[in-house]
Amino acid sequence: MAEITVTVDGVNYEDHVEPRMLLVHYLREIVGKTGTPIGCDTSNCGACTVLMDGQSVKSCAVLAVQADGTQITTIEGMANGALHPLQRAFHEEHALQCGYCTPGMIMAASDLLRENPHPTDTEIREGLEGNLCRCTGYENIVRAVRRAAQAGVSE
Amino acid sequence: MTAQTEVVQAPAPELGRARLRKEDARLITGQTNWTDNIRLPGMLHIAFLRSPFAHARITSVDVSAARDEPGVIAAYSGADFAAEQGSLPCAWPVTPDIVIPAHPPMATDEVRYVGEAVACVVARDRYAAADALAAIEIDYEPLPPVLDIRTALDESSPKVHEAGNLSYDFLFAQGDMDTAFHDAPIVLERTYRQQRLIPAAMEPRSVVCSCVGGEFTLWSATQIPHVLRVMLALVTGIPEQNLRVIAPDVGGGFGSKLQVTAEEVLAVLIARKLGRPVKWTESRSEGNMTVHHGRDQWQQLRLAADADGRIRGLEVDLLADMGAYLMLVTPGVPVLGAFMFPAIYKMDAYSFRCRGVFSTKMPTDAYRGAGRPEATFAIERLMDELGVELGLDPLEIRERNWIKHEEFPFTTVAGLTYDSGNYEAATAKAKELFGYDALRREQQERRESGDPVQLGLGVSTFTEMCGLAPSRVLGSLAYGAGGWEQASIRMLPTGKVEVVTGSSAHGQGHETAWSQIVADQLGVPFEDIRVLHGDTQVSPRGMDTYGSRSLAVGGMALVMACDKVVEKARAIAAGMLEVSAADLEWTPGRWAVRGDPDKGVTIAEIALATFAAHALPDGVEPSIDADATYDPDNFSFPHGTHLCATEVDTETGFVKIRSYVAVDDIGKIVNPMIVEGQVHGGLAQGIAQALYEEAVYDDDGNLVTSTLADYLIPSASDLPSYVTGRTESPAANRLGVKGVGEAGTIASTPAVVNAIVDALRPFGINDITMPCTPERVWRAIQAARGGDQASAAEQHEARQSDQTQGNSPRGVTPGSGEAQQTGGTA
Ligand code: FES
Ligand code: FES
Repeated sequence: MAEITVTVDGVNYEDHVEPRMLLVHYLREIVGKTGTPIGCDTSNCGACTVLMDGQSVKSCAVLAVQADGTQITTIEGMANGALHPLQRAFHEEHALQCGYCTPGMIMAASDLLRENPHPTDTEIREGLEGNLCRCTGYENIVRAVRRAAQAGVSE
Repeated sequence: MTAQTEVVQAPAPELGRARLRKEDARLITGQTNWTDNIRLPGMLHIAFLRSPFAHARITSVDVSAARDEPGVIAAYSGADFAAEQGSLPCAWPVTPDIVIPAHPPMATDEVRYVGEAVACVVARDRYAAADALAAIEIDYEPLPPVLDIRTALDESSPKVHEAGNLSYDFLFAQGDMDTAFHDAPIVLERTYRQQRLIPAAMEPRSVVCSCVGGEFTLWSATQIPHVLRVMLALVTGIPEQNLRVIAPDVGGGFGSKLQVTAEEVLAVLIARKLGRPVKWTESRSEGNMTVHHGRDQWQQLRLAADADGRIRGLEVDLLADMGAYLMLVTPGVPVLGAFMFPAIYKMDAYSFRCRGVFSTKMPTDAYRGAGRPEATFAIERLMDELGVELGLDPLEIRERNWIKHEEFPFTTVAGLTYDSGNYEAATAKAKELFGYDALRREQQERRESGDPVQLGLGVSTFTEMCGLAPSRVLGSLAYGAGGWEQASIRMLPTGKVEVVTGSSAHGQGHETAWSQIVADQLGVPFEDIRVLHGDTQVSPRGMDTYGSRSLAVGGMALVMACDKVVEKARAIAAGMLEVSAADLEWTPGRWAVRGDPDKGVTIAEIALATFAAHALPDGVEPSIDADATYDPDNFSFPHGTHLCATEVDTETGFVKIRSYVAVDDIGKIVNPMIVEGQVHGGLAQGIAQALYEEAVYDDDGNLVTSTLADYLIPSASDLPSYVTGRTESPAANRLGVKGVGEAGTIASTPAVVNAIVDALRPFGINDITMPCTPERVWRAIQAARGGDQASAAEQHEARQSDQTQGNSPRGVTPGSGEAQQTGGTA
């Protein structure tokens, strides 16, 4: 067992974890952040995407011990009193159906807009390549990210 | 109690409004209730050990060592369940002499596909359960696999089941085929391949079961909580009244969660054995192997036509891969397609044969479209071939054969009566949005200039049957249940409304669309309505969600229940207003005295008066709640014209979709935003079949595409942007609605493949086997160019061992190409 200190959505946690425990399992099972789902076991789907010190990571591809000393933001930490502009844009553009990919999409999109506040549609599509959605055909996800960008999400 | 209310302006109709979805609030904030989120006190975790062999006899199983592993509570083999596990149900015996082999949830003496469960461990956490699997000892005696259904019916083939490899032989014929084919000026013969697909909903399956005092609650990521409850009761013998099934938020289904699974049954049995709650959540690789697959047919087609292109007859001969067992509706899926091969076309005669064949692979079953995409693909590919034969534009040959808009209602040669449609209108609109004529000119220019990037235009003028289904028709097809749907309206004392639907949503937006329908019917605000579903205790009756049935059937049940509420409210309003019920007039939301509209009561006031029940007329029960069950008397028939332009790089084989126009006629629209989303998602899945996806087994029967690294679900950068449009021929039901869940998937696959083949016609190519990967396209071009002997030989080989080829991880393409140039004119 290893001891780790992690800040998740603004709250400090100190825990003992098995060295092999994945960050996503730590978040879901130890911290109780079930807003971050798991869609695969090969780091292909992006459903588990969170921000680690501001950068998007697939939390199934990171060990909990590697998150020691970092700040993690999950979908549950995005709304700050009001919905985050990306959350609002996903709602308004109907960018989700079943919603299983949505937490990861929103987290990946927030990192995308941080790096490139005014992406073209092609840049959005390429930037979200690591996040799979089986329901929407992506069209409305692209629209939502574009809308959030226009609303100035990165500012 | 007041009997006077202000006359309120009737609210704007909800039907047709792009209401934002109610369900989003929890989905965008991470507050969703997925099955895998559930944690019950004392809950244990199950891990399954699965067969590494496609076909083998189990000679011994020893789980005792696993029981000694840390944190392990129990370990079981199939023998431990033998007395109680029964057989997983098949509800669709399509012929009287169909072979339905026993299908124990956990294998006891023989395994028939890689991934079949053979033992399990129950432990304190999922890690401990997974670790302990290694301590289980199993001996197998390998048996020969059966991997190609084209040879599985040969005498010499090894057998999947003792009874042989043929499950059923379904025949349907209408009209005189001999006359149709005799002396026909044109006879086309083609063989098409519908590759095997993995539905791959983003949420993996997950099951939680608790057993308290003999009462079971099962949470499952399922599309069918109601059907599942009945089936679990029948399989396990647990009295139905002691079983509650809950489908919490479900992360997509596409047919894959229309199933009664081994893991669900075993979770119930284990919870019963241990008296403790248990959970199982699959990994993606486990899911790719063991969630039922879709499609997988070989389609042999013959079409006879007159010299002007008029179709005389169509003969369809299918081999459909059932996989190792028949699951819930496995045999019915290709048979459902039987009614769709004639599609929108008139013809004198039609014959359909489908043989369901066993193999040592994961069973197939419903996947978005279920039988209809397969049929639509075949006929729409064939119509292009017929056009080429006659030198006619693909739209022209279709128009010569399709049912004219003034001919509706029209009974097709397959026996379906299409209530409405207008193929001319949808096609005209699609052509305009697409810029058809200009693209044809560009195609011609590129052909003439020998451009290495050729342009192809693909057409799909599809229809489908949905709104499953009239119970009588299902009965005549030997389906094991009805096709009705249930709705309940509960009028709360504060004027708010609870709507209970038997249609269990998993991404379709029922909570929003159902609110819109009820708001219009009862004249209550959209915001005041709450829709409940997916829990057999809350919603005791239902047939669930599949086959694009929710709106056309479940929506109609809502309307009928609302009618009853309004009628019951009338009697109470009459008492409140002290007039005769016959003198009242309903405008949505309010009963008022005819000729004196100021004198009236709102539905909310009536609800409160009903709750108090102080002054109800004699003999009137103190409730205006109502239930209704709707059984449709026909299917609904969405249709549309989809046009796809592809740029095919003849040097690399790379296919780029340049534009895609989908004009759909799905009747009246409840929520255009949701409709458009369904079309987009459907298109993506149909395009994925055309270009990317295939479940591939190797020569030993191992699933090669068991991860999302190998099974290519397209990402945002792999797909185009879509142009959507609509025409509207209302269906014959009161809402005028048809259904839209599967249309995009059914229509798009042939549109894309037709476009690719159209681009390559000048090379003499008339087919590319799906998925049309760059390598397959490139090889087809090479072979057509006269190619070298080696590539021709490779192709031949590829055709012999089709099931081992296919898609591959991004960037690597070891699949083999296949150009079909056989078949022709008689
Ligand atoms: S669960 Fe992490 S990428 Fe799929
Ligand atoms: S909304 Fe269902 S997977 Fe994206």
